[in-house]
Amino acid sequence: MPNSRDQLLACIPRLRRYARALIGDRAGADDLVQDTVERGWARLTSWEGGSDMRAWLFSIMHNLRIDQARRLSVPTEALNEETSMALAPGSPSSGLELRDMETTLRALPEEQREILLLVALEEMSYDDVAQTLKIPIGTVMSRLSRAREKMRANMEGRAYIAPLKVVK
Amino acid sequence: MNTLPITEADLHAFVDGKLPAARRLEVDAYLAQRPEEAERLRAYTAQNEELRALFNPVLDEAVPERLSAARPRQWQWQWQRLVAGLAIALFSGTTGWLLHGQQAGEIQYAQGDSMQARPALYVAGLVHQAAIAHVVYSPDVKRPVEIGADQEEQLVAWLSKRLGTAIRPPRLGKLGYELIGGRLLPGAQGAVAQFMYHDATGQRLTLYVSTDQAHNKDTGFRFAQEGPVNVFYWIDGKFGYALSAGINKAELARVATAVYDQLEKPS
Repeated sequence: MPNSRDQLLACIPRLRRYARALIGDRAGADDLVQDTVERGWARLTSWEGGSDMRAWLFSIMHNLRIDQARRLSVPTEALNEETSMALAPGSPSSGLELRDMETTLRALPEEQREILLLVALEEMSYDDVAQTLKIPIGTVMSRLSRAREKMRANMEGRAYIAPLKVVK
Repeated sequence: MNTLPITEADLHAFVDGKLPAARRLEVDAYLAQRPEEAERLRAYTAQNEELRALFNPVLDEAVPERLSAARPRQWQWQWQRLVAGLAIALFSGTTGWLLHGQQAGEIQYAQGDSMQARPALYVAGLVHQAAIAHVVYSPDVKRPVEIGADQEEQLVAWLSKRLGTAIRPPRLGKLGYELIGGRLLPGAQGAVAQFMYHDATGQRLTLYVSTDQAHNKDTGFRFAQEGPVNVFYWIDGKFGYALSAGINKAELARVATAVYDQLEKPS
């Protein structure tokens, strides 16, 4: 059974992948990971051994991100060429598609993007996502649904049409 | 056949491979009748795959040292207290020393107070500055260096340009110390460089390189102790070197010898 310290270290690459996808720019993403890791160390005693450390760390990161958003009055996401991601090797056309993907991802509201990324990259169960983000499972599903449909619309070059809200 | 109606949540779980096999078959049957829905789910599946293709490479990147070396708060605290204590000790020590030097200067160099006349002061200055730079930067978790070892060519080009002479960090991997990176600092006369290394336990050492020592005579290895920081230093032509770390004298001497040997042989 690996000790909690090793478990925490082992989570860092995944935290980095998620933060990079969430934020886009490398330095900003690593800053977020570093804050998460530091807070994780500080609270390691409050982590319940045997529970999922990954989910616990993602919760910490989510809370930090909320704190950041509260502090910052300026938009936190700058879109420019410098912040483009490392592209997976492949044909030039696949590179273009992936870049499109990135732009499309960036266009999602963060509350939808984080759910899509936890599901697609972390392959978390919907229940775990709900617990990690402290939101009801119904909210997870509706945001996931909206995120995917918006992405699909953008990738196909058409406008996303929001489903009508049911007014009670 | 009596089955529960297929929900939107089922369709997402289908995309994400979260459905039990039996339910999966039911969704398959459902989609077979609805090509548009099948198309929509294919697009969602492709999104998952593209997101992984785009970001999975991050998993294989080397984790920056500042992330893996982040320490429990408590440890950092102890370090900070140590540094604070040392800074006070250094400050009072330096002040006392400078006052002493000033008085000596007034007495001995009243006719021409120049650097050349007081080499000892400037060698001591080199050691003090190197030790202070070590305690200021080496505990820094977030930004220990300005340019990391992953961009070593850039680091070398930049520092060489700013110091006005070719300068390259020695390789200490055989001794167990890997380069973290380096930074530019203000010295007594101009720019100086600091290279930082660490070993597998996170122990850091810094090499401080000054190029304004032409007024000083060459020295052999000298050893100085500044609080918990041990410093080996030497002057070689216009270069002044100071190697600082919180490790014991013998270990530091071993590293200093390796540094010296490499600097002797221009690469």
